[in-house]
Amino acid sequence: MTEPGEQLTDIPPKSMDREEERNEPYMEAYFDNSATTRVLEPVRDIVVKIMTEDYGNPSAKHKKGMEAERYIKEAAEIIAGTLKVAPKEIVFTSGGSESNNMALIETAMANKRAGNHIISTGIEHASVYNPLAFLEEQGFLVTYLPVDAQGHIRLDELEAAIRPETILVSIMYVNNEIGAVEPIEAISKVIKKKNPSILFHVDAIQAYGKFVIRPKRQGIDLLSVSAHKIHGPKGVGFLYIDQRVKIRPLIYGGGQQRGMRSGTENVPGIAGMGVAANMMYTDHGEKMRSMITLKDYMIDRLSEIDGVTVNSLPGDLSAPQIVSASFLGIRSEVLLHALEDKEIYVSSGSACSSNHPAVSGTLKGIGVKPELLDSTLRFSFGVYNTKEEVDYCIDVLKELLPVLRRYQRG
Amino acid sequence: MQYQSFLIKYAEIGVKGKNRYLFEDALVTQIRHSLKRVDGDFIVSKESGRIYVNAESEYDFDEVIEALKCIFGIAAICPMIQVEDNGYEDLKKQVQSYVDEFYEDKNFTFKVNARRGNKKYPVNSEQINRDLGELILHAFPETKVDVHKPDVMLHVEVRNKINIYSHVIPGPGGMPVGTNGKAMLLLSGGIDSPVAGYMIAKRGVKIDAVYFHAPPYTSERAKQKVVDLAKLVSKYSGPIRLHIVNFTDIQLYIYDKCPHEELTIIMRRYMMRIAERLSEESGAMALITGESIGQVASQTMQSLAATDAATTMPVFRPVIGFDKQEIVDVSEKIGTYETSVLPFEDCCTIFVAKHPVTKPSLKMIERSEEKLEEKIDELVETAISTVEKVWC
Repeated sequence: MTEPGEQLTDIPPKSMDREEERNEPYMEAYFDNSATTRVLEPVRDIVVKIMTEDYGNPSAKHKKGMEAERYIKEAAEIIAGTLKVAPKEIVFTSGGSESNNMALIETAMANKRAGNHIISTGIEHASVYNPLAFLEEQGFLVTYLPVDAQGHIRLDELEAAIRPETILVSIMYVNNEIGAVEPIEAISKVIKKKNPSILFHVDAIQAYGKFVIRPKRQGIDLLSVSAHKIHGPKGVGFLYIDQRVKIRPLIYGGGQQRGMRSGTENVPGIAGMGVAANMMYTDHGEKMRSMITLKDYMIDRLSEIDGVTVNSLPGDLSAPQIVSASFLGIRSEVLLHALEDKEIYVSSGSACSSNHPAVSGTLKGIGVKPELLDSTLRFSFGVYNTKEEVDYCIDVLKELLPVLRRYQRG
Repeated sequence: MQYQSFLIKYAEIGVKGKNRYLFEDALVTQIRHSLKRVDGDFIVSKESGRIYVNAESEYDFDEVIEALKCIFGIAAICPMIQVEDNGYEDLKKQVQSYVDEFYEDKNFTFKVNARRGNKKYPVNSEQINRDLGELILHAFPETKVDVHKPDVMLHVEVRNKINIYSHVIPGPGGMPVGTNGKAMLLLSGGIDSPVAGYMIAKRGVKIDAVYFHAPPYTSERAKQKVVDLAKLVSKYSGPIRLHIVNFTDIQLYIYDKCPHEELTIIMRRYMMRIAERLSEESGAMALITGESIGQVASQTMQSLAATDAATTMPVFRPVIGFDKQEIVDVSEKIGTYETSVLPFEDCCTIFVAKHPVTKPSLKMIERSEEKLEEKIDELVETAISTVEKVWC
């Protein structure tokens, strides 16, 4: 029999971390930038400075308050400048999801006397889908447009879907799973030609920082953006709202941001986002050209490998940062973990939906073969990625794939 | 007014003859250990066949009760007030103020149950019952006496001090962990195995656990989930030493050499063998699994027999006769369900065949295992020597 009191002498030591021996050379390759990015150093610096030194409440009447307010004003000006819109058309939010929620729910509610019909697509992110599902519960009708093999909606189908009761169209700029770019300007033309008062919302969470976006010229009424996809901080984003749009606030309270979004502003986050936006749009063309070069290089190298299908288009036919590829006979999660072991970080489908093992709507939508749906990974780049990392990743894949293919279920 | 003391009642350990003190000491140890995680200072003492918990500082009542309700061996927790013996008149006053303080609504039936531990006390129990009954009826006219089924059973124990209590909160029962040896739980991350561990711990058995990790087929999150489950079970069982075995190479080797329909059975037999080896080292005297007859192909009678034959140790399967829903009910009660159902794959399902054998014969399985002779011992040794141990 165990002696009583053994419990006490048997108390665990604090840590028992295993020391891992690594003999082989490896490098870290973070290819999950569409999930989130590492912040740029100047972003970190301004966030720390505001948190520790300039921490006033922008609504405070004293000097520290004014100082904080100035950061927000500056960030609004920078961001408005990147879009060529007015600073007062920028509402800061807690991120992409809040921007999408506000854009959809609050324009629908504010315009419901004009009609109850909304048009979107079958490849949207959950933060668009779920607010739309909520609106359907509230009595709105939503048409979801299908996409072709490249992930693009068809303009004639859009045109046919527009009804007299249509009040809102919401279409993503860049698809987060395969990087397909929707023809935003052409879409807007179709909508506005049929009925100029229909609002056009664009989820630009994967597009901002990668594309030159001109809402006024492209006919975009609302545009959602998140900071942490462009090397900014998490927990902050913005919604561009054209000043003519009728919309209500999503969050009520102390009336900050002209009453459109109450709550003490996330000053460090907002300023950090301003810095990130500024840096992304400095030497922008050059930055994007090198990202596209990297993408094309990755697509070429992936094509060397047997049983790999690339689902993203090369060059400027799709977003510069996303390469989706399917690996025949291998479950994406297994490959993901095998890559993780080599310090290569990717996602299966979209990280946001990966908690639910539901099969991707986008991949199904573009007609990926059923046996490849659960075998698809997304590699997504940021400004820190290099060609060497791509080479390393390809070497690792060439080594792993034959081994993993040998062992299959069933 | 807040209770400052708790009387801990225990059931089965009261009848263990000369070993009784061992069981009581183990229970005191468990209570002390458990209260360390609760805010406040407590003194746990053993006194003439009673265990008391006294709060020496501010504390949160619900938090203490929650902690005590997880300790096996406790039959009931009685929050009580303890007063000095300052004479019979003072006792009456104390009882009256107790009733007044703790029962806002006086519309209840009651019975006084006095016990005189101190036989020198000038008034006998019968008399105390009568006097206190009368006192309460008089002081609170809404109350009524009911000697058969009272709403409130008011206990007054006259010892060196006087204990007054009337709330009896049921404990989990069972026996104090550490009084019945140690066993090795095969923890998979599903619903059943944490319940099995809980049930055996309830009988006073200390738990070690083993998890078979198969990277890259199972993820770091699946491993974290098992660590989390072990932590949840440890609320009841005390600290669990979790052995994490890297099982990938063994699984792939079996996959290469043996018929795929037999994969799960052969794999489970190696799990038993490895668990047995780890038990030798950790002092566990039995294995625990969450198997239930017929639940899946590897849990038919034939499969269980084939699995059993891989080890000479006793294998405890406490949920063997439970329906799934009954297991789910326990897991919800003990708080492991939500974690168990997180969707991460465990190593039993990654290579599962479309039609696994349901009636394996031991001979057939042993013949298949002969094909592993060349490398399997070495792989098992490697798995054992690289095991990662985590305290949960």
